Amino acid sequence: MGPRRFHPLLMILPVIVAVLFGRVLPTWTLSLATIAASNALVALGIVVLARTGNVSFGQGLFFAAGGYGVALVANGTGITDAVLQMLIGAVCGGLLGLVIGPLIARYSGIFFGMLTLALSMVFYGALVKTTLLGGSDGFNVGRPSLFGLNFTDTREADFMLYAVAVVTTGLAAIAAVFLFRSEFGLASLAVRENNLRVEYLGLSANRIITTNFVIAATFAGASGAFALMAQRHIDPQFAYWTTSGEFVFVAVLAGYQSVSAVFVASLALELVRSFSNLYLPNTWQLALGVFLLAVILFLPRGIGSLWTRERRKRTGLPAEAPAAAEEGAPT
Amino acid sequence: MNFFLTIVLDGLIEASWLFIVALGLTLVFGVLKILNVAHGSFYALGAYIAATTVTIVAAHSLPPAAGFVAMLISVALIASIVGLLLERGLLKMFYGRDEVVLLLVTYAVFLILEDTTKLIWGVNPIYATQPYELFGNVEFAGLYYVGYDLMLIPAAALIGTAVWYGLNRTIIGKIVLAVIHNEEMSVSMGVRVNRVYAAAFAFGVLLAALAGALTAPKISMQPGLSSDVIILSFAIVVIGGLGSVEGAAVGALLVGLARATSVHLMPQAELFVIYLIMAAVLMFRPEGLFKRETARRI
Repeated sequence: MGPRRFHPLLMILPVIVAVLFGRVLPTWTLSLATIAASNALVALGIVVLARTGNVSFGQGLFFAAGGYGVALVANGTGITDAVLQMLIGAVCGGLLGLVIGPLIARYSGIFFGMLTLALSMVFYGALVKTTLLGGSDGFNVGRPSLFGLNFTDTREADFMLYAVAVVTTGLAAIAAVFLFRSEFGLASLAVRENNLRVEYLGLSANRIITTNFVIAATFAGASGAFALMAQRHIDPQFAYWTTSGEFVFVAVLAGYQSVSAVFVASLALELVRSFSNLYLPNTWQLALGVFLLAVILFLPRGIGSLWTRERRKRTGLPAEAPAAAEEGAPT
Repeated sequence: MNFFLTIVLDGLIEASWLFIVALGLTLVFGVLKILNVAHGSFYALGAYIAATTVTIVAAHSLPPAAGFVAMLISVALIASIVGLLLERGLLKMFYGRDEVVLLLVTYAVFLILEDTTKLIWGVNPIYATQPYELFGNVEFAGLYYVGYDLMLIPAAALIGTAVWYGLNRTIIGKIVLAVIHNEEMSVSMGVRVNRVYAAAFAFGVLLAALAGALTAPKISMQPGLSSDVIILSFAIVVIGGLGSVEGAAVGALLVGLARATSVHLMPQAELFVIYLIMAAVLMFRPEGLFKRETARRI
């Protein structure tokens, strides 16, 4: 609708630029950006799901499922390929989402959030007590490779992982934009507005929520694989509620408005975290909390509102009507 | 038989302090519709303040009973002030926003308080064991129990009854119930909803901090305390039904007994069992055990 809408495939350009930019980034920013891209993937899943009006506080479940799945396969079969590991993670997360999704789709609002949280904590509790998987210490995995290439230089290995993470998240974002604009994406928004009316129209609200849930779970599983490859270590903390909390944090920071905002928000969070880690080693959580409060207070529609609002002004479109249809969250 | 009794008593002791924490959480949700993630931090805050007070009193070589009383008074005072300041100074700004946003605001408060307690009290474990011997040891059907632990059961029952009575049998309680039921109608009837909000939030903080103070002599205070407590009390209020006093009591009993049972029979399943119960309850009664069904929005 209107000149405001860009073609989603144009987003390939910034992805390519971001990958090339990685060549000039200092090493420490590279691993930071990898984590940011990987977290953005989970947050993107939360945004997808939030369009149906449900916020998951347990994405750590699928994040950990992806991570543990990849780690077990890698240690069992010796698969080290980064792309393959990412796909394995996505499949693990997606399959688990397929099991849980239909059960959970009946709930809404705060109960949806609490049930997802509960399930992730069940998983966490089980992982901590499973000595076979290293209990609360977790276990290590080897360095990832790419298409048969082994990277002995750490800088090159970091860049490879960064490139794969950015490309994956970029592709996921493009897919998400296609999804948002599809009939299915619009039906998801309708579920958020009024699920009963959606059912009167002959659509299954449960099926729509389940599908979005599985997409979010797949994204989280792939992201878990990246987190594993970046740290080369996994422990039950992947499934802990504070991990899931951070993903929701990124999604709210982004403001459910634009896909690019998710990346900016994720990067901002990682920057705030590492800078406060560096300069305020004992109070980085405090800095994070203040940062979150400031964003919620001064940018109620998230970081994304900084540039989506501007675009509206430029194209002279009415600010509310089409925008309201495209947003993912109640304001 | 003795084994069974041990589990039941341990479960009741566990349930009693959990109930006090969960009661605060459920009241805050009932009145303000906020699921307070920072609730565990107020528990930790209460425990730390209690430890400091007890240590100061002991340093002046006063009897442990004085320490116990001083600890309760100081915690009640500080918690009420912190609660009022937070509600008036911070939460007020976010009313009317999405409930997920409010949840994140309390998550931010949780993060801030987590580091604040670390800054004030450090990261090493702190103890406040002096009042623990206050009630001696009690022999109960051949089992020896620390009197302090058993004392928690009537204390929780007393607090629970008082809150129930206050809500259902006093004018103030009726006003609070009116606000819980329909805020707009209460405003139009002349209720100062702002004051009810502030008081309810402060009272919720007070209950969490009080539970922290009461358990302080039993445990070691260290970072991570708030995180564990909030996870347990979330499970309790969701099992019982958000906003329900009776629900918090039943939820606390279930969680306390389940925890004690698993500690005695299957220690590796402790956290697992509680969340399994919560997931099971949500499967069959998504609104919790004690929540009325609400009409679907059309």
